[in-house]
Amino acid sequence: MFATVSKKTLSLGLIATMTAGLLVGCGTKEESQPKSGGDSNAPKQEELTGKITASGSSALLPLVKHAAAKFQDKHQGVTVDVAAGGSGTGLKQVAEGAVNIGNSDVEAGDEYKDKGLVDHQVAVAPFVLVTNKDVSVEDISSEQAAKILTGEVTNWKDVGGKDQKITIIGRAESSGSRKYIKSALLPKDKDFAKDAVVQDSTGALKTSVEQTSGSIGYMDAPYADDKIKILKLDGVAYSPENISNGSWKLFSIEHMYTKGTPDKVSQAFLDYIMSADFQNNEVEALKFIPINKIKK
Amino acid sequence: MAEKGSVGNLNMMRRRTDRMMNWLFVGSAIFVSLIIFGIIVFVGNQGLRTFADPEAGIAEFFFSTNWTPSEGEYGAAGFILGSFLVTGLALLLAVPVAVGGAVFMAKIAPNWMREIMRPAADLFVGIPSVVYGLIGLLIFVPWFSKMFPGQPGFGVGPAAVILAIMILPTILSVSEDALRTLPRALEEASYALGATRWQTIWKVLIPAAMPGILTGVILGMGRAIGEAMAVQMVIGNAPVLPKGLGEPTSVLTTQIVKEMASIFGTTVNNSLFLMSLILLLVSLSLILIIRIVARRREV
Repeated sequence: MFATVSKKTLSLGLIATMTAGLLVGCGTKEESQPKSGGDSNAPKQEELTGKITASGSSALLPLVKHAAAKFQDKHQGVTVDVAAGGSGTGLKQVAEGAVNIGNSDVEAGDEYKDKGLVDHQVAVAPFVLVTNKDVSVEDISSEQAAKILTGEVTNWKDVGGKDQKITIIGRAESSGSRKYIKSALLPKDKDFAKDAVVQDSTGALKTSVEQTSGSIGYMDAPYADDKIKILKLDGVAYSPENISNGSWKLFSIEHMYTKGTPDKVSQAFLDYIMSADFQNNEVEALKFIPINKIKK
Repeated sequence: MAEKGSVGNLNMMRRRTDRMMNWLFVGSAIFVSLIIFGIIVFVGNQGLRTFADPEAGIAEFFFSTNWTPSEGEYGAAGFILGSFLVTGLALLLAVPVAVGGAVFMAKIAPNWMREIMRPAADLFVGIPSVVYGLIGLLIFVPWFSKMFPGQPGFGVGPAAVILAIMILPTILSVSEDALRTLPRALEEASYALGATRWQTIWKVLIPAAMPGILTGVILGMGRAIGEAMAVQMVIGNAPVLPKGLGEPTSVLTTQIVKEMASIFGTTVNNSLFLMSLILLLVSLSLILIIRIVARRREV
């Protein structure tokens, strides 16, 4: 009897000691971290804790996800949940207060004017026009592109290609890419041709362009790979340098909206994305363009 | 005395449990009915608000095919037609194959073959629709664009083929059950009168099993008209009337998916609820038809 009790006490004592040891270990680690981490960061007294939710643009998703992972490494007490769903969804959800941050490829429209959204411009996403590999046209002008996308021109032979029907593959109404291309390329009062095929995501659009002969589509440049063809626009080939020097015209500014002034954690996350470190080292690696490289 | 008392106690306890279970079940039934009723009222109420917008008229919604919400045009006739067209085509492709398969499995195939085919058919039902959609996108869309040169291949054609494959096992299983549960005397009487096997199947067994087969067809139709994911991947989602089997168009479900990011309370969003209401009413009437058909079967 006595023996068992003492055994129990012993094990309890052991557990208690180990827990205490762990706690002490954690404590010293946390204390030592800011010192060894360099003094470049302004001294922060308390550790950040909390949860950030973000949704919206699938074009911006890779960047926000990457930033979230890095940010969570720095601040162990913070979780960042990022979802796609399209720019329209992001704007809608942030306006409703369902998420902390709404990601969008386009500026919030008039319907959001009285919702108190605050704009944070974080990066530049290059856009490209792509076609199926069997299209013989390499280079089109902006006017030709507009005529094709509105359905005025329906055959590649009218823009210098072979006799082949054009199939437009686009995105749904809520898509930021669609809104962006409409504002950037199409005449003011015209919309995309009504018989255009509509796909739900950039990924599905890419697969469709790859599969459909004579097709043309639009997407953000990081998604375009060598299974499809990137068209030259007005004689200019797409490259990140051509965006910085101003000769490539198709790019949109990526927005992260918050409802009102962001809370402390969200603000810290946005600050991190805007930091010189992230902008210069990470943004370009993800094939976006840092926001300060564009002359607005 | 004591024993009698305990038996009485036991009886009372049993009665109390019975009553409690009774109330639990009645409560659950009321709860479920309330949820269903609530959904219908909510969807209907939200949907009918479409017509509060003077730009969207009832006649326009049901009879116009011009869907341009940005210009105040809310004609959904194209989607309604599209839904029935795709479903009809899918049934046209699936029913003969399914009924043929059911006859083969119930009356012709040896037992061991049936024992392999039946679980295989049931397995089909469990395949997620996104898988069918992907197969459609990668196989049937290119195939249709090759079959009809100049058409993109997205459209009613691949959607109907995919849906036909999806609803085939449902129709097949239900029809096979109907055929197998027919009284053996029917078949024997037919053979006794000198009818061939073909005559027996065509003139006796299929008509006798018709209510069951119809139930299967209606169940398949319900699944086909409500399917969104697979159809959305292959139909092209253009809000226009189909000009060919491989030309993009839209149906009710895919239009709802496509525009659901619109803001709650706007006319576009309300009209999506109206489309949902139409789908809801269609499936309700399909269920009613099944009820009527099943009742006829009992006689």
